[in-house]
Amino acid sequence: MEIPKSFLGYKRENGRAGTRNHVIILPVDDISNACAEAVANNIKGTIALPHSYGRLQFGADLELHFRTMIGTGSNPNVAAVIVIGIEPKWTKRIVDGIAKTGKPVEGFHIERTGDIGTVMNASKRAQEFVMWASEKQREECPISDLWISVKCGESDTTSGLASNPTVGNLMDKLEPLGVHLCFGETSELTGAEKVCASRGATKEASDKFMKTWSSYNDFILKEATDDLSESQPTAGNIAGGLTTIEEKAFGNFQKIGNCKFIDVLEPAEEPKKGKGLYFMDTSSAAAECVTLQAAAGFNIHLFPTGQGNIVGNPIEPVIKLTANPLTVKTMNEHIDCDVSKILSREMNMSQAGDELIKTTLRVANGRLTCAEALGHKEFVMTKLYRSA
Amino acid sequence: MRLIYKILGNSNKQIDTIFMATDIIIHDQKDNVGVVVVEKIVPNQDCSCWIMENDGSVNIQSIDEIPLGHKIAMTDLKEGDTILKYGHDIGKVVKSIKKGQHVHVHNVKTKKW
Repeated sequence: MEIPKSFLGYKRENGRAGTRNHVIILPVDDISNACAEAVANNIKGTIALPHSYGRLQFGADLELHFRTMIGTGSNPNVAAVIVIGIEPKWTKRIVDGIAKTGKPVEGFHIERTGDIGTVMNASKRAQEFVMWASEKQREECPISDLWISVKCGESDTTSGLASNPTVGNLMDKLEPLGVHLCFGETSELTGAEKVCASRGATKEASDKFMKTWSSYNDFILKEATDDLSESQPTAGNIAGGLTTIEEKAFGNFQKIGNCKFIDVLEPAEEPKKGKGLYFMDTSSAAAECVTLQAAAGFNIHLFPTGQGNIVGNPIEPVIKLTANPLTVKTMNEHIDCDVSKILSREMNMSQAGDELIKTTLRVANGRLTCAEALGHKEFVMTKLYRSA
Repeated sequence: MRLIYKILGNSNKQIDTIFMATDIIIHDQKDNVGVVVVEKIVPNQDCSCWIMENDGSVNIQSIDEIPLGHKIAMTDLKEGDTILKYGHDIGKVVKSIKKGQHVHVHNVKTKKW
C-alpha cells in the first residue's frame, strides 16, 4: 500500500497541527471542577476536564501536575483554553505556560468572586473562544505532523500475537516518514526490561531506560505486601490466557515493531529530540497513561486491546484495535479496527498494519473514534505521592 | 484435520488459496507453548499448529479442553522448567505438565517478585 503523505488537520500558531479542534475548560484544582463544568454546560461546543487533584501538592508531584495541566492546554488538538482555579497564582502559572503556544487562553480565579460570578465571566470568554474556533478549517498537513502515542489494555494473548504487532507494523512503516511515536507502561515491561533496554538507539537512551525501570522496580519491591500476582497480570488478563507478567511484557513490547527509542521522557514531558520513537515513564493504567501522553503533545492514540478496554480521552482521539474475535463480536461498538483475521490467517501482519494506517488517517482527518462517539473522556492525573 | 477453501479478495485480482485451518499459533520455533486461536479445543483433538517465526507447521493431540487465547504445552514439562514464548523466558513450571495439557496460573508462575 502506498502511504498517504498528508492528512487534514488544524494548523496551530506554534507550527504544530491538531487532529481535533477542542475548546477546553481546564480546572486547576478539584474544587474548581464545579465552575468548569458549569461553563461547559453554558457554552455548547466546549468541554470541561474535571479531575481530582491540584491542592497542597509539592515537589516533583506538583511539577508533574503543572506539566500535565500546561501540556494538556498546549496540545495542538486544543484551539483555545479557559483556565479556572481557586487562587490567582497557580492559575496564572498555567495560563502563562499555555500562552507560549500563541493560542487564545485566559484564566479566572474564584476567590473574591465566587462560583456564580466566575461562571459568568468565564462563560462570556468561552463563548468568544468557541465561536472563533468554529471558523477554523482543516488544511493539508504533512503526515510528519502526526504525533502517535500507543498503549495497550485489557490485554490477552491475542494482543501479543496480533494486535500489538499490528501497531508495531504501523510504527515500522510510519517512522521513516518522520512521525513522532511514544510508548510507555514502565511496570508492564517487567520481565522484558533487558530486551527493551537493548532497543535504545544510543547507550545513553538504554541506560536512561534501565535507570527508570529500576527505580520503578525498587518502589514495587518496597511497597509490595504480596507477590503482585493479583494485580499483574490482572484478572482480565488471566481470563484471557496471560499467565505471568513476563508473558504480558513480551506481548506488550511487540507494539514498537523494529523501532529503536531515541530518548526516555519523564511523565507528560514533551519530546525535544525531533522525530522518532520515545519511551515515556508512565503508569500502565490506561487513562493515566493516555492523559500523560496527550499532555506531552501527542495528537492521536492507538490502543490495542484483547478482552476489550473501553478508555477514551477528552482531547486525544483513542483508536481501538483488537484481534480477539469474541471481543469483536460482543463489544463491536468499541472497536475501530478489527484485525481478528490475523488469527485465522486470512490477513497477514502487513495487511493489518495497512488497515490500521488507513483507520488512523481517517480519524486524523476527523472521523470520530468509537470512544469519542460513546462519550469517553477519561482525564486522569498521575499523582506521585501524598500531599502536604 | 480440516481443509478450508477460500477466495481472498485482492484489489487487482482474485486469488484462490487453500490453507489449513489453524487451531494453535506458536510465536517462535524455540517456544514450548502455543496459543489456542479458535473458540476452544476439546480433549483428544488433533490440532494443527502454525509457527509464525518460520511459517512452519506441526500437529499436536490435546489432553485438556483449552479456551481461546490460552496456552497448550508442546512438550512434557517438569517442575522447575522454563516456559519459552516469543523465544523468551516467561516463567517457571510449578507443577509438571504433559504435552497437550493446559498451561496457565495453576502450573506456571512468574520468576519476578
